This record gives sequence, C-alpha cells and structure tokens, in this order.
Amino acid sequence: MVPVPLLTTNMIELSMIELSLIELKNIHRNFLVGEQTVHALDDINLSIQAGEYISIMGPSGSGKSTLLNLIGLLDSATKGTYLLNQQDVTALPDGQQAAKRSKTIGFVFQAFHLIPRLTAAENIALPLILAGTEPDQRQPLVNKAVMDMGLSDRAHHTPDQLSGGQRQRVAIARATIMQPNILLADEPTGNLDQKSGQDVINILEQLNRQGITVIIVTHDANIGQRATRQIQMVDGRIESDQQCSQISSR
Amino acid sequence: MTTSINDIIRFSWTALVGYPTRTLLMLTAMAIGVAAVIMLTALGEGARRYVSNEFTSLGTNLVIVFPGYSETSGLNPIALVGTTPRDLTLDDAQVLTRNTNVRRIAPINIGSVKASFQGRSREVPVIGSNHELLEIRHWELAQGSFLPAADLDRATPVCVIGSNIRDELFDTQAAVGQWLRLGDRRFRVIGVMASEGRSIGVDVQDTIMIPVASAQQLFNTPSLFRILVEAKTRSAIEPVKLAIIEQLKERHQGKRDVTVVTQDAVLATFDRILGALTYAIGGIAAISLAVAGILIMNVMLVAVSQRTAEIGLLKALGAPQRLIIRLILSEAIMLSAFGAIIGLLLGELGCLAIRQAFPDLPAYAPLWAVLTAIAVSLLAGFVFSLLPARQAARLDPVLALTGK
Ligand SMILES: Nc1ncnc2c1ncn2[C@@H]1O[C@H](COP(=O)(O)OP(=O)(O)OP(=O)(O)O)[C@@H](O)[C@H]1O
Ligand SMILES: [Mg+2]
Repeated sequence: MVPVPLLTTNMIELSMIELSLIELKNIHRNFLVGEQTVHALDDINLSIQAGEYISIMGPSGSGKSTLLNLIGLLDSATKGTYLLNQQDVTALPDGQQAAKRSKTIGFVFQAFHLIPRLTAAENIALPLILAGTEPDQRQPLVNKAVMDMGLSDRAHHTPDQLSGGQRQRVAIARATIMQPNILLADEPTGNLDQKSGQDVINILEQLNRQGITVIIVTHDANIGQRATRQIQMVDGRIESDQQCSQISSR
Repeated sequence: MTTSINDIIRFSWTALVGYPTRTLLMLTAMAIGVAAVIMLTALGEGARRYVSNEFTSLGTNLVIVFPGYSETSGLNPIALVGTTPRDLTLDDAQVLTRNTNVRRIAPINIGSVKASFQGRSREVPVIGSNHELLEIRHWELAQGSFLPAADLDRATPVCVIGSNIRDELFDTQAAVGQWLRLGDRRFRVIGVMASEGRSIGVDVQDTIMIPVASAQQLFNTPSLFRILVEAKTRSAIEPVKLAIIEQLKERHQGKRDVTVVTQDAVLATFDRILGALTYAIGGIAAISLAVAGILIMNVMLVAVSQRTAEIGLLKALGAPQRLIIRLILSEAIMLSAFGAIIGLLLGELGCLAIRQAFPDLPAYAPLWAVLTAIAVSLLAGFVFSLLPARQAARLDPVLALTGK
C-alpha cells in the first residue's frame, strides 16, 4: 500500500459537484437513560459527497453506530438538520422515510441479520419484494447479485448452512440489490475471520469504485486506513476528519 | 409500487412454516372453536328436524279435535290430558265428514285391557278407531288387512295387532285368523302392523287396534279421546279448523267445548323452541372462537417479540409501518382461515359420527352456522392481531435490530 496523494482533478470534480449527498448540520442525538441524558452525538457537522469512501473509527460508545443509524434514517436527530440529496429529511413521515431507506440506502450489519427461514436468494430478494418489484423482474437481478457475490452454488441454502463470510456476502447482495447511492456498514467484519473480512472489504471497495458511497464503521485500523476519508469520533464528536491517500487496488 | 398480496402471503407463509409449534397451537384453537360451533348447531338443528319429522309422521294436513276448551289458550294442558267436561261422540265425528274440505276422519278411543291367547296374556293399550287411521297416520301393514270400512257404530269383533304383540302372544304361530281375548270379549286377528310404524306417544308395535264401536263397548264409554281429521290440502287446514269449531258448537247447544289443534301450530311451537335452542348453543360455541381470538392475540404478541430483529430488519430494508401491519395481519388471518378450514372438516366429521351413532338424528350443521363460524374466526383473527401488528409497526428499528 503506497500512499498516493489525491489527484487534483478529483478535487476539482468534487468542488464542481459541490452539492453534497449527505449534509449534517449541528446534529445532536441525546438518549435519556434513567435520569441522565447521554449525548451520543454532540454537535456533528458533516458533509459527504457522492462516491466517497469513508471510515468511521473511535472508541466504544463514541457514537459511531448512532451516527450511521441517523444517516441511514433508522434514527432521527434530537436537534439539527439532515439534508439528503438537498432534501431536508430531519423529520420525514414514516412512509417517505421508509421509501428513502428502500431506494437510496443499503445496510450491512455486523450480525448479518439474515432471515433464518429464507434461502440466500430469498434473503437477497427481500428488498425487491418490500418495494413491490414484480417477480419476473426480481429474478434476473437476484441471479446477477448471486453471481457477483460468488454465491451461485449457495443460492438455495439457508443462512445456517453458510459460513460467516458467505452470510455477509448475502447481506451485501441484499443491501445493494436496490442499487442504492449509499452503503452503510457497521463493523461488517466484526464477526468474520481475517480472510473472510478481507473478502468483504474487497467487495465493498469494488462497489465504491462502481460509484456507491461507502461508509464503514470499524475498530480495525488496517481496514479504516484503507478509506479515502477517515473520521475519528470521541464522545459523540468528530475529533478528526482526514482526506487520505487513494488506496492501491490489491 | 406496493408489495403484492401474493408476496405478502408467501412471506407470511414462510413465517407460519418457520414456527410450527406456534402455528399448530393456534390452528388447534381455531379448529376446535369452529368444530364446536358446527357440531353443536348440528345437534340442535338435528333435534329440531327430528321432532319436526316425528310430527309430520303423525299425518299430513292433520287437525286434531280434543274434548274440552279453555278460554285462555287454545291449547291447554287439561285438553291435552283429555279430561272431558262434555263428551265427544261418534255422531260428532260423523258430522265432520260432511265438510268437503275434509278428506278423511278417524275417531280415537283408547284404553288398556288384558289380552290373552292360549294361556299367554299381557296388559295392552288398545286403540279404537276406523279404517281411515291407517292412511291418516301413514302406517303400514305387515300381514292381513286393517280395520274394515264400515259404519262407525258397527262393533265388529276384529283386531289388528302390533308386531311385538304378535311375537309375545303367538310366538311363531300364524296370528292372522286366530281369536284372541280382550277383557271379556273375543276378537279375530285380521292384520299385523309392519314394524316401522312408530310415532310420538304410541308405539304401534305394542298396541292392538279394534273398531271404535267395539272399543266403546269394551271400555263401556260413549265418549271419544280424539278425532283426527285430515284436510284435503294444506290451505284447507284453517277453514277446516274453523268449520269443525262451528259444527260442534252447533251440535253442543251453542257452547264451545272442544279444542281444535292443527299440527302446524304444535309443530311451529316446537320449531321455535328448538330453533332458539340451536341459536343459543351456537352462540355459546362461538365464545370458544372469541377465546381462540384472544389466544391469537397473545401468541402474535409473543411472535412479534420473538421476531423483533426481523421486524427491525424489514424496516431497515425499507418496509413502511403499514406494510409491517399488513404482514402481521395476513399471518393471523391465514392462521384463522386454515384453522377454520380444519375446524370445518373436523366439525363435519363429528356430525357424520353423530349421525352414525344416532341414525334417527339428522345432525347436519345449518349453513348459517357454518358461514358464521368461518366469518367469526376470520374476524377474530383480524381484530385480535391488530394490537400486535401495531406494536410491531411501532418498534424502533435500531433497538429492534440489536434485539432489545
Ligand atoms: N437506545 C439507546 N438508549 C440509550 N443510550 C444509547 C442508546 N443507543 C446508544 N446509546 C448510548 O449512546 C452512546 C453511543 O452509542 P453507539 O452505539 O453509537 O456507540 P458506538 O461508537 O457504536 O460503540 P461500539 O463501538 O461499542 O459499537 C453510548 O454511550 C451508548 O450507551
Ligand atoms: Mg456500534
């Protein structure tokens, strides 16, 4: 991995787009635990452009997951403004919020969260079903996703018949089947061994090269340092936010 | 674009198959409820039809004349028991035949005497009547002939005996043509009743029938117990009834002293009572459906809490609240529907078993009960899963995904 300075042409491109995909302004997220208020997010300001590859790192309890959930519209801010594609989504009604999650956001979780009674292919098809895609349109998309993830011979297996790495690949296929702009991964390698974790990271980077904005929360410094933008969180604040070297493709 | 019904059903199906214990429990509860409604109403309806059939077997278009009349109600217990304030006579009976709407009449006299033949004897109920009785009551003969067609006041010494009487008095001997003794008189056996002749009150197998004039001599009474009148058509029943009242009033010095009952009226009363009974037991059985509904609610609540992570996931994947609600509801309604179908089959099997065990009882569940049972079970499944569905829809996806 040789650090290469970010190309100036990229900088120009970014500044020309200038309109952010994600714009967080003075975001606070408080939790009431008994009598105490926990400031999980404390005045977060963050602007993310389409196509970025971002890692979020920091000690346990620093608010990484909370930030990711908020970006993914699974949670909403106590205070502040969230613009997604220039649209204020801070307090969207449930139906519209769900529609945004369906179309623009994909989630990958540490615990995979596959439905145990459905096969790999059925799990992958789930977002399409929820979005109301016709069965004959679903099938080719699912087949392609299964191929892309190298799961062809596992498509009709249930999650308990798959290895951790395979499960996470099913989860990634599911997260990307709706072709979202944003892929949010909360410690996607946390339950995987070195090798499977590396495979998963490679897939995420591959997706990023295809233009998807990838935000990955990780405790693994090696993984975090591969991202082109690295955010460090401490106590609900962004402590550092660095544009970094372009990774060399492996 | 919304998720299609097909996909919702398919997804709910995987959930039902995925949690077999829960599914079986709820199916059982629903099935028992529906089967209970079907079997109990079938019993009630069967009883109603049984009684109705029995009444019909009394005869067709029947009008019954009793001596005695109470002002308060047409059909009073005293009249039914047959206490006679004023006698009903053979002449009264004769007069009734003049009405053109009357097809036939049968005067009835009853009593009990000792019947004996060659040293065997027993106490036997005796009916005095005429040849029309056979037709009016739709009875059948096994051997010989019925009472002869003759004037009502002719006391011929002949009798027709029930099959049990034949067996007891004559054993294997031929009965027809033999003389037997009733009280202090001798009667020649001219016929034997067929064994299926059976109706409310009288067991034909155990009676002996003789001409009504002979019975009056035997029991030493001029009065009649009943007069059975068969109207020519169903619509003639009421006119006949009114005519009888008028005719007898005229003959009895302008005093109304008979009670005239139509078979329809008696039947209608029993019909009402037993019909109400059927509704009542149907209603009680329907309570078991409500209980099944409450069970559904509890089990669905457990299901929601068991599957919190899954619901959180569905939300993360873009399912809006109303879709979550629809998924849970469809699961519950499918359970109810399958439960109802199983219950329907079990109930019908139960009815079949009842009919096998009691061939006389036409235990068929009425259509309204079947439809109500199905509707109530579907409704219970729907209503009682609204709360769990709403609870699922309101889950916080972040907490749900972490399994809290
Ligand atoms: N639902 C909640 N109720 C109360 N407190 C919460 C809730 N969710 C998060 N917190 C608190 O908010 C803070 C941030 O939590 P968060 O899960 O975002 O941390 P994290 O950086 O993801 O930690 P980890 O690395 O352990 O996953 C923590 O102090 C946590 O206890
Ligand atoms: Mg976390």
